[in-house]
Amino acid sequence: MKIMVTVKRVIDPYAKVRPLSDGSGVDTTGVKFDANPFDEIAVEEAVRQKEKNPVIEIVAVSLGGTECEEQLRKALAMGADKAVLIESSENYDTLAVAEEFVALVKAESPDLVLMGKQSTDGDNNQVGQMMAALLGWPQATFASKLELADGTARVTRETDTGEETLEMNLPAIVTTDLRLNEPRYIALPGIIKARSKPLEKRPPSSTATSRVKTVKVEAVPARSAGKKVGSVDELVAELSARGLF
Amino acid sequence: MARLMLVAFDPSEVALGHGFASALGIPFDVLLLSGADPAEIGAERTLAANLGDVPPADSIEDGVVAQLGGYSHIASVSSMRSKDHLPRWAAHLGAAMVTDVIVVEAENRFRRPIVAGSMIETVEVSGSPIVMTFRPSGFAKFSPNGTAAADSITIPITDRTRRVGASARGGARPDLTAAKVIVSGGRPLKDAETFERVIGGFADSVHGAAGATRAAVDSHIAPNELQVGQTGKIVAPDLYIAAGVSGSTQHMAGIKDSKTIVAVNIDPDAPIFENADLGMVGDLFVVLPELQAKLAGKF
Ligand SMILES: Cc1cc2nc3c(=O)[nH]c(=O)nc-3n(C[C@H](O)[C@H](O)[C@H](O)COP(=O)(O)OP(=O)(O)OC[C@H]3O[C@@H](n4cnc5c(N)ncnc54)[C@H](O)[C@@H]3O)c2cc1C
Repeated sequence: MKIMVTVKRVIDPYAKVRPLSDGSGVDTTGVKFDANPFDEIAVEEAVRQKEKNPVIEIVAVSLGGTECEEQLRKALAMGADKAVLIESSENYDTLAVAEEFVALVKAESPDLVLMGKQSTDGDNNQVGQMMAALLGWPQATFASKLELADGTARVTRETDTGEETLEMNLPAIVTTDLRLNEPRYIALPGIIKARSKPLEKRPPSSTATSRVKTVKVEAVPARSAGKKVGSVDELVAELSARGLF
Repeated sequence: MARLMLVAFDPSEVALGHGFASALGIPFDVLLLSGADPAEIGAERTLAANLGDVPPADSIEDGVVAQLGGYSHIASVSSMRSKDHLPRWAAHLGAAMVTDVIVVEAENRFRRPIVAGSMIETVEVSGSPIVMTFRPSGFAKFSPNGTAAADSITIPITDRTRRVGASARGGARPDLTAAKVIVSGGRPLKDAETFERVIGGFADSVHGAAGATRAAVDSHIAPNELQVGQTGKIVAPDLYIAAGVSGSTQHMAGIKDSKTIVAVNIDPDAPIFENADLGMVGDLFVVLPELQAKLAGKF
């Protein structure tokens, strides 16, 4: 059995970032990058499945420039067996990303693709579902529990009102939510050791397309700090003065 | 020709679509997937699929997409459910998709939050159709009077993925995304029983909803569907009371559109005070009960 996991390089989710002064994009000078936290959960889940069932092979994949090797090495250090980087520094929209990964799915024939539900930079929440549609596969988004059995997956997923459990035949796409697991901590030696694992670079399967172009990036006007009140009575008076009741 | 199909997963989403459809300013139809009595919002046609419980995304993709021919725009209210379904329709149609639209600048130009709501990007989309989810809080509110006559249609269900269990908690409280008052609690609420008593009790007394931070959800203090923030619910109440919430970027991403934010935190330097309209330094276990008593009967 083979599990493919996607790993995106994103701005460190805890970093404070700003737009470039000309508004053409996000200013990333001096900003740390990391693997998308939801993708780390996906890698962790694949590794835990492999711990239960050692015949599983895990391939971690990414799309982007050479710098993405760093995030793939992290996935290898966590326990992925090999990595593939589709190397390109072009701009891809979500559907184009899905198309590139679908081409890779066709080449690698995984039984399951595990992905983060969204990346914390673009916040799009689209690529997994798009891949499932392009492949004609079942999907379970926002997974909080995954059980694999003979050719099927049973997934508990979060919904707007609670949770539900879906059962589907493999191959399938599962996207991860925060409560699926807590990724293990990888110490530096682990990352160095992972250098001996195979990391293959491939060219994109077709030319990059972007139907969605970012034309401007602006900071959100900060909510100004309001007033500190000294007592509950003062708080109630302020609320009343604002016409809340 | 420009034409919008507004897809509502349940009847409550129909009225929420009015402001968005007006902002886009093109003729539109409504496709109601489940439930009856859609609001009259000025659609040229209203179709009702009567699906009951909306089936898993892969099971109705073909059936829904068969209804989408000829539309230049396809849109739904942002929710976990619409985010589950719409990207499939977009890929099926070979269409671009834009998530969480908050402003329509032109038929192909939209604004949306990125990086945990810390920045707003303007995107320009080429090609047609364009698939979108939108946040109703960005658009004018609409109170419909009357329901629209709907034409029944059949959406075939391909039984691929099986739903073998579902739990909706919720109870009697209003939905977070519709509540006028929300009281949220963070990590210091300790356990589920304390959360329910202090935060739940307060919410009930103001006929509001209870919300939580991810830290509270992760520590099993609050159920996951109460999580507010970048990766939880996006809310826009008249009054948001955050008690024992530090004010992380990810949490603030979900509450920015609230009219009035009140923070109660024991730490005078908590970041939430930088973004709250009204702040009170104090122990939430003392402040909330007193506030609850003094607000009794006012909401
Ligand atoms: C990818 C990603 C996505 C995330 N998405 C979300 C999200 O959607 N929503 C979200 O909320 N978080 C999210 N987070 C987590 C976020 O970064 C914070 O960790 C989280 O919001 C902190 O929750 P908290 O405020 O309850 O806890 P803490 O940060 O621990 O804060 C607790 C606060 O309570 C105060 N306090 C303690 N005791 C009392 C008392 N007795 N009375 C009053 N105040 C008291 C403390 O002073 C402190 O300010 C996300 C993180 C990542 C990396």
